[in-house]
Amino acid sequence: MEVGLEHYLILSTVLFSIGLYGALSKRSAVVILMSIEIMLAAVTVTMVAFSRYIVPTELTGQIFTIFIIVVAAAEAAVGLAIIIAIYRRRENIDASKIDLLKW
Amino acid sequence: MNLEPILPELTLAITTIVVILLDLFIQKKVWLTVISLAGIAVATGFAVTLWGENPQTIFNNLLVIDNFAVFFKILLLVIVALVLLASRDYVSKLRRFQGEYHALVLLAAIGMMLMAAGTDLISIFVSLELSAIAFYALVGFLKDDRSTEASLKFILLGGIASAVLLFGMALTFGFTGKTQLAEIAQVIQQMSPEVLLASSGLILGLVLMIAGFGFKIAAAPFQMWVPDVYEGAPTPVTLYLSVGSKIAGFAVILRVFFSAFGSPESLSQDWGLVFAVLSAIGMTLGNIIAIHQANIKRMLAYSSIAHSGYIMIGLAAVGLTPIGDFTGQSFILFYVIAFALADLAAFIAVIVISNKLNSDLIKDYAGIGKRAPVLAAVLTLSLISLIGLPPTAGFLAKFYIFTGAAGSGLLWLVIVAVINSVISVYYYLRVVKVMWLGEPMFEGKIPSSNATKFSLAICCSGILLLGIVPVVIMQIVETAASSLSF
Repeated sequence: MEVGLEHYLILSTVLFSIGLYGALSKRSAVVILMSIEIMLAAVTVTMVAFSRYIVPTELTGQIFTIFIIVVAAAEAAVGLAIIIAIYRRRENIDASKIDLLKW
Repeated sequence: MNLEPILPELTLAITTIVVILLDLFIQKKVWLTVISLAGIAVATGFAVTLWGENPQTIFNNLLVIDNFAVFFKILLLVIVALVLLASRDYVSKLRRFQGEYHALVLLAAIGMMLMAAGTDLISIFVSLELSAIAFYALVGFLKDDRSTEASLKFILLGGIASAVLLFGMALTFGFTGKTQLAEIAQVIQQMSPEVLLASSGLILGLVLMIAGFGFKIAAAPFQMWVPDVYEGAPTPVTLYLSVGSKIAGFAVILRVFFSAFGSPESLSQDWGLVFAVLSAIGMTLGNIIAIHQANIKRMLAYSSIAHSGYIMIGLAAVGLTPIGDFTGQSFILFYVIAFALADLAAFIAVIVISNKLNSDLIKDYAGIGKRAPVLAAVLTLSLISLIGLPPTAGFLAKFYIFTGAAGSGLLWLVIVAVINSVISVYYYLRVVKVMWLGEPMFEGKIPSSNATKFSLAICCSGILLLGIVPVVIMQIVETAASSLSF
């Protein structure tokens, strides 16, 4: 069997769904952050696969992917800093217990 | 290489670095605000010289400098200046990190200005994240329980939203092979309408992009973060978030959907209808939940969700009108200015009053009319503009948007919007009633610094000017809107 575009797309959709499920269902803020990273990884797989199969002569998808990786790293850094700030005050990063603000 | 077109952003970037460095050496921190404002003034000067010139693309077609982008840049620069003026009192109470506060505000401004100019999915994404990451840090700036909680909620939901947006962009890229908005438009126009509407991947990409951008502009049903973040964040940051971030979001949406997916009509009618439905949900949800709010920042948060809904009526009308007609776009730009002025005035007044009262609860605003008549009058004027009563800017803005939508066959949406406007009168005027008719719990005037007085004067004169002589601004927004190419 030859691996084609659709296999990559199925992989990335499955990865994206796993990430989305994790982000919506997990309690630990760190795990939610990891799930978001999985979603971004799924996007990079899609981008590179499309770039390789749809426009093989251009590198648009690969360039986009590099930008996504950079931005994801910056976002993870800020996210972990915020989680540390919360942990210092409450000694707890369970998202279901962080509920001071609600209507 | 010609750097002239991005001189406004470059000036702000240099100012950011200067502010961070100076923070290490100087003791009188008020100079940080002065230098930031000077940088913003120079940047505004550069931006004004770019107004009215022919559109030019730079950085290998990543950014375009046309009247539309320059319009939003000047508007955002004015907003940033007013935010810095209004946050002076608030920030002077912080013992540490004043330099970082100014630097983050300026960085977010650079991101939003680039958002308005982006013509490629890559540059749009990167500039969107530049402003978003600066906002994540700003929301958590106080490091107390509420502020960090708001920041955590913001970054987790924001991260999910940007992943969804990126997946939409990836699908759009995959089904067109391009990331440049103009090239995407070319590919789409070459497809036959049947093929286009049958390519479900592209449509899915479009829907995911609406969801991702909808998060940015606080459109329902992607608005869950808004009340919590607005309440927990430092009030000047709330002000910045509710005005700046939303305006930049609308700039991006207008450019992406109009220049990449603006034709053929079968496609633009599809996303027009999506925006119409989102707008109806947003208005109704925002206005009905706002009625129950006891905290004024939360009330303004829900009111801001409702106003996103009103602006989306304009987006729906843009999708449903034939190409070549720019009145819909110019009405949106007019509404954006009117909303920005009214929201700025309301939040600046709230910053001053809450700073003195140490409370954001509406019931504690009782008798403010006796303690600070000018501030109460300003808040009343801005709330009247948010309701949309004459002679304020809000009235004309709503009038234009509603007539435009009725003209493009969205009468049902206009009826929903009018009913919503009537509902909104109740919770806005409740604040006015408490302020003027309630008995003050404490005596004593509420002092306001010259910086806040100046910024409030600008906002109020803007509200009245737009409401009484809209012709000048209308000409400007028409010039800006008509430079949006497709």
